[in-house]
Amino acid sequence: MNGVHDMGGMDGFGKVEPEPNEPVFHEEWESRVLAMVRAMGAAGAFNIDTSRFYRETIPPHVYLSSSYYKKWFLGLEEMLIEKGYLTREEVAAGHAMQPGKTLKHGKFDLGQVERIMVRGKFARPAPAAAKFNIGDRVRAKNIHPKTHTRLPRYVRGHVGIVELNHGCHVFPDTAAMEHGEHPQWLYTVVFEGRDLWGEDGDPTLKVSIDAFEPYLDPA
Amino acid sequence: MSHDHDHHHDHDHDHSELSETELRVRALETILTEKGYVEPAALDAIIQAYETKIGPHNGARVVAKAWSDPAFKKALLEDGSKAIGTLGHVSRVGDHLVVVENTPARHNMVVCTLCSCYPWEMLGLPPVWYKAAPYRSRAVKDPRGVLADFDVTLPKDMEIRVWDSTAETRFLVLPMRPAGTEGWSEEQLAELVTRDSMIGTGFPKTPGAPS
Repeated sequence: MNGVHDMGGMDGFGKVEPEPNEPVFHEEWESRVLAMVRAMGAAGAFNIDTSRFYRETIPPHVYLSSSYYKKWFLGLEEMLIEKGYLTREEVAAGHAMQPGKTLKHGKFDLGQVERIMVRGKFARPAPAAAKFNIGDRVRAKNIHPKTHTRLPRYVRGHVGIVELNHGCHVFPDTAAMEHGEHPQWLYTVVFEGRDLWGEDGDPTLKVSIDAFEPYLDPA
Repeated sequence: MSHDHDHHHDHDHDHSELSETELRVRALETILTEKGYVEPAALDAIIQAYETKIGPHNGARVVAKAWSDPAFKKALLEDGSKAIGTLGHVSRVGDHLVVVENTPARHNMVVCTLCSCYPWEMLGLPPVWYKAAPYRSRAVKDPRGVLADFDVTLPKDMEIRVWDSTAETRFLVLPMRPAGTEGWSEEQLAELVTRDSMIGTGFPKTPGAPS
């Protein structure tokens, strides 16, 4: 979706403000939110792409004015309600009012912690041969799905060069909508800064994205 | 980041009065616990791991090893996950980690314009600025301007390559080894490696310079 989360190239957000000796969490509730997202994801309540999509659907004014973990919280709460893991009445009451739904991987208990400390695997067997080779010229498609995609707006319609082939991976566009993994070839595609940003762009800049094969046409 | 600041400073020191967000987060955890979805002790363990075990020291060990061992460096640049996997004591690492090397001709910088993708296992949880709008919006368009916010200046003709983490691949920058470190041990070298130097928004510390 063409949401406010797709920030590459936007102006007006001001300076980057590094914080010296930044703590891992600024408030305790942030750590609880992080842990709940990791735990419920690992228990099978949702996949990582779905959780991203729920954060993207937070209304733009709320997205822009909420801290990072607040966005995580808002996305998590709404997702768990919509997927039937809890109800709005329970959220309002602050307590469970009916038994839980069965989780795909069961309750997240202490025995599960170790396995989530390593990232999940996203590579899948290839359903077909790769369409593109390293060095090929490709054009990022001009697509504007209303649903989740990982093709940022700032590269759409532009021509780049295939630089790396990462193999076949879970396709976020369908996985996020719970329409299946539909594995796709994944490439690093590099663009010239001036192709993206015009003649005033930095002539020394190259920008790459990791693009799934359905995002690309031969050029 | 300014909105984060305004928000949390209001509440930091008064734990008797919980903010609306704190109350909502507590309520959610209560519901998830009562419904049998999560064990609170397991949440504690996740938090403890991110607060104590997983941080930039993991990436620093990898960088120091690459600076010291040419065969390891070669393997690391060919397949980051596989090479780091051989260093069982450093960190457990997942698939799809790509290590990109800074050279005198090219500087690399990593961003996630769409959300906050970051090599957690190597660097821990990302800092607020990495996840905030100013960095995500500007890194791909005006990276030299962003670097200026970090007091970092690159030579005018140096290529700058920005890696937008738009998939489940993760990128770690291998910074250039500082001059004046000949004969240093891996442990000594690791002390020079900063988190920002592995994101590409900084350089390693210089030997002898005040930190």
